[in-house]
Amino acid sequence: MGKEKRKTSADGHPSRIQGVRSQSLTPWVWTGGGLLVMAVLSAAIGPVAIPPNVIFKILLSRLSFTAIEVDWPSTFDTILYQIRLPHTALIALTGMALGASGAAYQGLFRNPLADPYIIGVASGAGLAAVLAMSAQWPTTVLGMVTIPAAAFTGALITVGLVYIFARVGRTTPITTLILAGVAVSTFTSALTSLIMLLSTDELYRAIAWLMGGSTLGGWPPVLAALPYLFVGLAVLLFLGRPLNVLQFGDEQALQLGLHVERYKLVIVAASSLVAATAVSFSGIIGFIGLIVPHLVRLLWGPDYRRLIPLAMVTGGAVLLASDIVARTILAPRELPVGIVTAVIGAPFFLWLLRRAKQVRFW
Amino acid sequence: MARLRFDSTTIGYGQKPVLYSISLAVPPGEVLGVVGPNGVGKTTLIKAASGILPPIEGRIYINNQDLNRLSPSERARNLAVVPQARQLPEAFTARDVVLMGRTPYLSWFARESESDHQIADEVMVKTATAHLADRQVGQLSGGEQQRVLIARALAQTPSVLLLDEPTAHLDLKYQDEVLKLVRELALEEDFAVVIALHDLNLVARFADRVALLSDGRVRNVGEPAQVLTPDELSEVYGIEIHVSSHPIHGTPLVLS
Repeated sequence: MGKEKRKTSADGHPSRIQGVRSQSLTPWVWTGGGLLVMAVLSAAIGPVAIPPNVIFKILLSRLSFTAIEVDWPSTFDTILYQIRLPHTALIALTGMALGASGAAYQGLFRNPLADPYIIGVASGAGLAAVLAMSAQWPTTVLGMVTIPAAAFTGALITVGLVYIFARVGRTTPITTLILAGVAVSTFTSALTSLIMLLSTDELYRAIAWLMGGSTLGGWPPVLAALPYLFVGLAVLLFLGRPLNVLQFGDEQALQLGLHVERYKLVIVAASSLVAATAVSFSGIIGFIGLIVPHLVRLLWGPDYRRLIPLAMVTGGAVLLASDIVARTILAPRELPVGIVTAVIGAPFFLWLLRRAKQVRFW
Repeated sequence: MARLRFDSTTIGYGQKPVLYSISLAVPPGEVLGVVGPNGVGKTTLIKAASGILPPIEGRIYINNQDLNRLSPSERARNLAVVPQARQLPEAFTARDVVLMGRTPYLSWFARESESDHQIADEVMVKTATAHLADRQVGQLSGGEQQRVLIARALAQTPSVLLLDEPTAHLDLKYQDEVLKLVRELALEEDFAVVIALHDLNLVARFADRVALLSDGRVRNVGEPAQVLTPDELSEVYGIEIHVSSHPIHGTPLVLS
């Protein structure tokens, strides 16, 4: 006491200690730029390559009233609007959903290995989505809107079960979380396979869907996903501050005046809604929700007010990149994007684990 | 008027009592030290006083309101807890941690306002942590971490301060520093302070009154010199204990 002289500025208020909080724009430039570049590449690359400058011209000609000289084949319009752009949008939205929900799950469980895939939420949502799809294969936007609702229910049941099984006293240790997640997701995956076997005519596209290749084409899935993602992501983006408080443990959070159970419920509901929507239209895609938040935390710190939006944008960029790889590496064959994320993601995650032992970033 | 009052309160986990029929009152400006052998329920008492462990019987009052009828945010505006420093997520900056003391004043989607930042600045000056504001708490020493946690508690602008073994794992110098700070704050801010400590000599020096817990009850409450007597302590701790007088402070000096 008394050692620190209070600095007083001209207007009589104590001046901010140690300068203004650094709100660097760098991460936003990197992640936002990455998302934009990947989106353009995603729209450009395919069996028929559309040069990026033509993409911009086509977009401009649609948006503005000024006449732009058409110097591209008319098929480009159709390909871009009816195939590429909806696909790009769906992949970007899926990646954003996985990145943001992964970050939120990790914060919620205070566990660096929580992600929609590992804790079984994805397979729970997948099972419910398959049930919904095998009841009636969706073709319209309205039909598709019901799938995330079913998947959301499945996700909530799964996360509830995993949480109950994984809980030891007042904590959720990594080992029990993974074990419970593995057990529950193995069970739900088995049920999913069984349902698929029984409804043989939909088998092929259901499997392709489950492995992370979006088989529902065009704009309807994008439109059906948007309202769910908008609500879920908005909630997650605004709950960074309480997520930070939760990092001190339930007891301290409660003593700091946070209504812990209510906040946890809302965060779990929002992240499960977002993850379930991603699963509904893009299948089960692993590792994005795990690695992206890790990477962002490693680069820019653990503050969830920044971590969630940055993980969201980075998730979009990374999944777009994986999808480009999936579509080109064995062209003309297209791989399910889930294979690519697993092949790239698993070693990367192991590397992260080793690194985490040296630098404690959690 | 007592800021914090236990009124024949029985406390425990589930239906299993740890402390029976506790009656204590802490007026503003007073530091009450809670002592007793390991496992006697010092931490349980602090937990109950913080409102996260509802009493099995009886009530706890804070500023004459029933503690367990208040919402978490209402509680946290009246009462702040300083936990042990080793339970910190280490990558947050000291300023982030202190700002979290404003949680009870922020609604669901709210962000900290300019006045919240100002309060954080002020309490960091009070606790001599201003120069640490942008450092990660994981890089700070135990004493510095503890002061940051005290600053976080002050940011709640409470009238009651609860501390659970704030000097555990601290060197002598930091023990002194932290407890002096608590002592000064109690006087300056008129806080009622309850502090659980296993070190009897620290309690003797820094507490106005001492509550000695034994066998699930408050065995004795009063000024350190009255409570920390050789007979009482020998019986409670089960070994022969001598009490002399601190050569400088004149407070009881407990030796085994």
